[in-house]
This record gives sequence, structure tokens and C-alpha cells, in this order.
Amino acid sequence: MNLLTRFKDGLQRTRTQTFSKIGAIFKSGKLDEDSIEELEDALLEADIGVSIVDDLIEKLKDEFANRKKDKNLSPAEILKSHLITILNNRHHTGTESCQVLTPNTTRFSHKPWVILLVGVNGSGKTTTAGKLAYYYGLQGKKSVIAACDTFRAAAVEQIEVWAQRGGARLVKQKSGADPASVAYDAYKSTQARSEDLLIVDTAGRLQSKRNLMEELGKVARVLRKHDPTAPHEVLLVIDATTGQNGLSQARGFTSVAGGTGLIITKLDGTARGGVVVPIQSELGLPVEFIGLGEGVDDLHPFDAKVFVNAIFEE
Amino acid sequence: MLEQLTDRFEKFVRNLRGQGKLTEKNVQDTVRQVRRIMLEADVSLPAAKAFVKTIQEKSLGQDVLKSITPGQQMVKIIHDELAAFLGGQAEPIRFGKSPSTILMVGLNGAGKTTTCAKLALHLKRSGRQPLLVAADTKRPAAIEQLVLLGKQLDIPVFTSDDKNPVRIAKDARKHAQKESLDCIIIDSAGRMHVDGELMDELKRLQSIANPPETLLVVDGMTGQDAVRSAKAFSERIDITGLILTKLDGDARGGAALSIRWITDKPIKFVGVGEKPADLDAFHPDRMAGRILGMGDIVSLVEKAQSTVDAEQAAKLAQKVAKQELTLEDFREQLIQLKNMGPIDSLLQMIPGMRGALKGMQVDESEFTGVTAIIDSMTVKERQIPRIIDGSRRRRIARGSGRSVQDVNRLLNQFDQMRKMLKRMGKRGGKMPLGLPGMPGLGGR
Ligand SMILES: Nc1nc2c(ncn2[C@@H]2O[C@H](COP(=O)(O)OP(=O)(O)OP(=O)(O)O)[C@@H](O)[C@H]2O)c(=O)[nH]1
Ligand SMILES: Nc1nc2c(ncn2[C@@H]2O[C@H](COP(=O)(O)OP(=O)(O)OP(=O)(O)O)[C@@H](O)[C@H]2O)c(=O)[nH]1
Ligand SMILES: [Mg+2]
Ligand SMILES: [Mg+2]
Repeated sequence: MNLLTRFKDGLQRTRTQTFSKIGAIFKSGKLDEDSIEELEDALLEADIGVSIVDDLIEKLKDEFANRKKDKNLSPAEILKSHLITILNNRHHTGTESCQVLTPNTTRFSHKPWVILLVGVNGSGKTTTAGKLAYYYGLQGKKSVIAACDTFRAAAVEQIEVWAQRGGARLVKQKSGADPASVAYDAYKSTQARSEDLLIVDTAGRLQSKRNLMEELGKVARVLRKHDPTAPHEVLLVIDATTGQNGLSQARGFTSVAGGTGLIITKLDGTARGGVVVPIQSELGLPVEFIGLGEGVDDLHPFDAKVFVNAIFEE
Repeated sequence: MLEQLTDRFEKFVRNLRGQGKLTEKNVQDTVRQVRRIMLEADVSLPAAKAFVKTIQEKSLGQDVLKSITPGQQMVKIIHDELAAFLGGQAEPIRFGKSPSTILMVGLNGAGKTTTCAKLALHLKRSGRQPLLVAADTKRPAAIEQLVLLGKQLDIPVFTSDDKNPVRIAKDARKHAQKESLDCIIIDSAGRMHVDGELMDELKRLQSIANPPETLLVVDGMTGQDAVRSAKAFSERIDITGLILTKLDGDARGGAALSIRWITDKPIKFVGVGEKPADLDAFHPDRMAGRILGMGDIVSLVEKAQSTVDAEQAAKLAQKVAKQELTLEDFREQLIQLKNMGPIDSLLQMIPGMRGALKGMQVDESEFTGVTAIIDSMTVKERQIPRIIDGSRRRRIARGSGRSVQDVNRLLNQFDQMRKMLKRMGKRGGKMPLGLPGMPGLGGR
């Protein structure tokens, strides 16, 4: 099954009648009070957040009034194109801590290429670490995973399985070890063996916990010590069901560990993951991958168009 | 947020007074504001709409206008209505005949396994003999995770080589009977509510385990999807209660309202940390305050009351009244405060603190630092801090492994706190157990 059908399939199985009956009105070209409310509801129910939704609706009204008759875009199409523009923007100036990979940055231009996975508890980091190794493995890259979650019960046992599934070598220490020291070891050995990719899995933590965030900062600093350009990617793993707290997560994690992009997991449910829109517009962090299941091959590069269509899908 | 909300209503009511009439249109403008606040707090749209409708009806009454502080009055109506919506009083776990089963279900990563351990500890503390059952045969190392948690808590965990959760549940029951354990907590694999096959499996598991209590575990950071998933779970299997996790962070927790509204089942507990003891009973009024951004002095005071030794508190109050507070007392307070649980979640409960704390977090290790500094002082220095001169400061800094600046900061803050307490003493105000201006906390 290709991504599109799979994605749609997941979404279609779900949209229950109780919630906004989107459809007919979206296709119609009218823009009246009813259709505005429906469009607004769809955006809100996708977790895009009140402020951005207000902006988008204002823009829509403006543009709709001034649009050229021959173009004849429906209101929904106009909204979609705005959303796609936001999500595809890789030239957002962002903040100091968010440094986005631009289209002409080449991945794997450093060896080893280092990816740091960060995020709140249970968002899907460990699973994604395995999936990423598998994904790049298909492109012939040799991966190593650093088991830097030394805190949660059986975290090491879990990542052991995922490393194996993803075809990666695992670097671990015993439970309770200093995560920065695991990262240090992992970098050293990856470099020594001249492997291509180091994926650093970290413990889940809530961004409001300063001491835990500081521990994460230390992991990033240790990597930087070896290679001033590392970690080359810092990916914030966000659960698609996350509401407006996602923005606070993005601010918190990037300010401590830096940030280059997002991964949305669990998009195989009914959540739309729309909080990435305010994140992208405030911090400039683009979505790099999406997770569509618990299998090792359920990771896919992000496609803004498919993502946005799903928001308006019935 | 509370101030904002109150302001908005004050203005709203002032306008009304000018016009002398409460019109549909006016009320509508106001409830739109409420709706906005709820959406910002992640209440699902349909739940927010339903709630706002209730408010609309209530606020058309006359009481609001007659009240001296109509803005506050209106906020109170909203708060109380929200608390009522969230459910009556806290409901305990339901038990059937022994061994009584609790089945834990929910989306991937919501916190089921961790909450199983928390619940087991809770039940053990209330005199029961729980058995944890590792029925997640799907997620890598899920069984090991539960086994480790059980070991930590010295609570038995039933495991099996069987890959079938339904059979595991059957065998676990036999095991519990044999060992005369009186309750069974089943940890099921996380699943998406759209996965028909896995939902069928859960249905079978439930009909075999026949639990008096099936708890849906929901991530407290969930946004709009909360109603969809909770609805799907409760339509497919019998949900008897809800648990909201990860509320130790800064999420506003609007999902509480969404899931309560869509399932009409009680929220029984909330998870407030990663450790097994981090489980709290659910209090609708506190949750209402959190969603509206009101801070929660009540729960702070209660928490403090249960932890702080009553006698010590009385002594402390006396000292404060006489303005005799010493660094020694302060150190004791710090230790007690630390025993109360994660410091940032405590601070979040103080009105106004949520805003003040934005972007500035409390470091628990600061506490250790402060205690270390006080530990390096002589008894006399602790009692009469003003004798601590430059050379004493250097000695204390060396002894505690902190910098002289750290020592200075602590002494300054302590001084300020004393002054503040003095003022409070004069006004006859009550001190919420030593929290105002706590040295060593907050930004630098
Ligand atoms: N359906 C689905 N489940 C996923 C996806 N990604 C991860 N999961 C599941 O989400 C749960 C949590 O995943 P983990 O990888 O353990 O999450 P984590 O962020 O490492 O968790 P902590 O280390 O405890 O913070 C597991 O049950 C995973 O199988 C996804 O894209 N779809
Ligand atoms: N901060 C915080 N973390 C929590 C809380 N409850 C659970 N967690 C963390 O959330 C993550 C996921 O918890 P699990 O108990 O593994 O979740 P689960 O629902 O069993 O996950 P699956 O079995 O994969 O579906 C872990 O990192 C837990 O430590 C809580 O109340 N607060
Ligand atoms: Mg993990
Ligand atoms: Mg689990």
C-alpha cells in the first residue's frame, strides 16, 4: 500500500458522524457564515490552534473577496494552499536554537551523521529510532543507536529489540548510567568503525522539568565536543494526538537541545497532528517524517499536501 | 488567565449596565471568549460547544448583574459549572468478588504500564494484595518493563510465554486464586482505536477477564482527538472509569473535560510523574481551575497539610508571628517541601505562579545546593544570620562546594523573606506554610 492510500485509509476508517460533517460545503464555492464555521471547525479539530485559525480565516475572507473570477478556487482550496505554504517553508528565520536543514544541505555530509531524538514521555522516540535505522539502512547506510534512555524501566531492553529490527548496532550501558557518557561512547565507536549514522535515543521528559532538560542539554554538548557540527539533526518527536502543549514542547526542547525538525508519530489514528502548524510558523521547524504504525517500515517522509488534505478529509 | 478572564467579564458587565439589558448578542460575545479559552486549553470543540451552551443559559439569569463583583461572579459560575461538568466527587476503584480485576486500556504510549504499577502501589498501601499481569505481548520489552516495576515495589507480576493476552488473563486469575491475592491489574498493549483487529482482541480480553473496572488511560497532553479516541474505546468495550496521565507538566489538560463529556464516566485518578507514587485522586474543582488557568491553592494547601508535620507547622507559625524565623527553620521547611513531590508541579498550583514561572523553571537540585549551604553554617550563624560576614561567607561557600555568590543570594533572599513575613504578620495574614519568596527558588 502506498503512503497516500495508507494514510487516507487510516483516516477514513475513523471519521465518525458525530463530528463535523465536512464535505459538501468544502466542495462548494460559497463562502457564507455556515461554510466559514465548518472550515473553522475542521481546522480547530485538527489542533491547529485558535490564533492561527483566526488568521487563516481572515486571510481567506480577504482573498476570497478579491480573487479573480476565472481562478475559481474553493474556500477550502485557498486554506489548503496557505497551510501547505506554511508547512513547506524552509526559509523561516526561526530562532537561534532552530537551525533547519535547507534543501541544499546534504544529509550524511559529515561522518558519522548524528541524529538526536528528543521529546516528551511516550511520544514514540524509541520506536522511531529503530524505524530511522531501517529507513536509512534501505539506502545502504550503516547505523548505530545510542541507548541514552538509562532511566525508564526496560528502556534498554526495548531499544535492543528496535536496534535489531532496524539493523543497527547498539551502544548501551547499564540502567542508571549517565546518558551523556553513553552518547560519548557511541560517538567514539561509530567514528572508529567509520559507520555512517548515529541515532541517539533519549529518555522521555516533560519540557517543564529543568533538571531533566539540563541532562538532555549535556548529551547535546558531549556530541558537539567531538564534532562542532553535531548533532546534525535534532528531531523533536511529537505524538499526533498532542494538543496546544506541542508548542510549549517545541519551545522547551529547542531552547535546550536545539532543533532542526519534527517527527509526527501515530498518524495512523484519527489525530491530525495540526499543532505542527503553529510550531512551524513560530519556530520554523519543518516536519521531516511521519509515523504511521508500529512496524519498522511505518516511517515516511513528510508530504505537506497529503497531510493538509487529510485535515479536510471526510 | 484568571485576571484576564475576570477583566473581560468586568468589562462585559459594565457595558451591560450601561445598556441596562442582557441581550442574546451580548451573552454570545462572552461565551465566545469562554469557548476560546477552552480551546486554548485543549478542550475538544464539541465538548467546548456543549459547555458554552450551558454557560449561556446560566448567565442569562439576573444574579450576575446584582452582584457587587459581577466579573468574579461570572468567573465563579463558569468555574463551578466546569467542575460540575467534570464530575461530582472523587470516585474510588470498584471491586467485585475476590480476586477482583482492573483492566487498563488505551492508546499507544498513554501511560498504561506505568499507571498499572502506580495503581498496584496505591492498592497495596490500602491493604490489598494486588497481582500485576503482563498481557502486552506486543510492544518490545513491555513484559520486562512491568516485571521491573513490580520488583521495585515488591508486588508480584504474572508473566507467561503465551503470546495470547486472553489466555494470559485466564491463567493469571488461577494464579491469583492459588496465591490468595485479592486483586488483579491487567496491563494491555497500546492500540489505535481504529485498529479493528486489536479492538476485537481487547473485547475478547474484557469478556474473559470480566473486570468490574476497566480504566481508559489518556495522555493529559491530548488535544482535539481526545473525544474521538475515547468515544471509540467506550463504544467498543465497556469503560468504567478514566485516568489522565502526565499532568505534572504544563499542559492545561482540557482533555479531562472532553473525555468526561463524551464517555460520561468518572475520572478516577491523575498521573503526576514517572514514579510509582506519582498518582493523585482526581479533584474536579482543581481540574476546572487548571483548565481555566486559575492556579490551585486548595490542593497545594492540602498537599502541604498532609506532608508537613502539624506540630512543626504550629511551631513555625508561632515563630513567624514573633518574627524569630531562622535559617535552621528554613532548612527544615525546604526538606519538607521536597518531600511533597515535584517542586514545579507544586508551584504551578499557586495562583499567579503559572504565569510568573513561564519560561523559568525550578531546579530541584537548587534545593540540595541551598541545604548544603545551610549545613555548612554554624548553629549560631543559622540563628543569627546577620553575623555572617565576608570571611564567614567564604568559609561557608568552601564548605558547601558552592560559590560565594550562591551564599550571598541565599542570605539576601532569606532576608527578603523575613521582611515579607514581617509585613504579613502585621497584616495578620496567614502564611501558606512558608512558601512566599522561598529563597533558592526561581530565576537568577
Ligand atoms: N500506532 C502507532 N504507534 C506508535 C507509533 N510510533 C510509536 N508508537 C507506539 O507508541 C508507544 C510508545 O512508543 P516509544 O517508542 O516507546 O515512545 P518513547 O517516546 O520512546 O517513550 P519513552 O521513552 O517512554 O518516553 C509504543 O506502543 C509504540 O509502539 C506510530 O507511528 N503509530
Ligand atoms: N511525566 C510523566 N510521565 C509519565 C506519566 N505516566 C507515564 N509516564 C511516562 O510515559 C511514558 C509511557 O508510559 P508507559 O507506561 O510505557 O505507556 P503505555 O501506555 O504502557 O505504552 P504502550 O504500552 O507502548 O502503549 C513513559 O516514559 C512513562 O514513564 C506521568 O504521569 N507523568
Ligand atoms: Mg523511549
Ligand atoms: Mg505499556
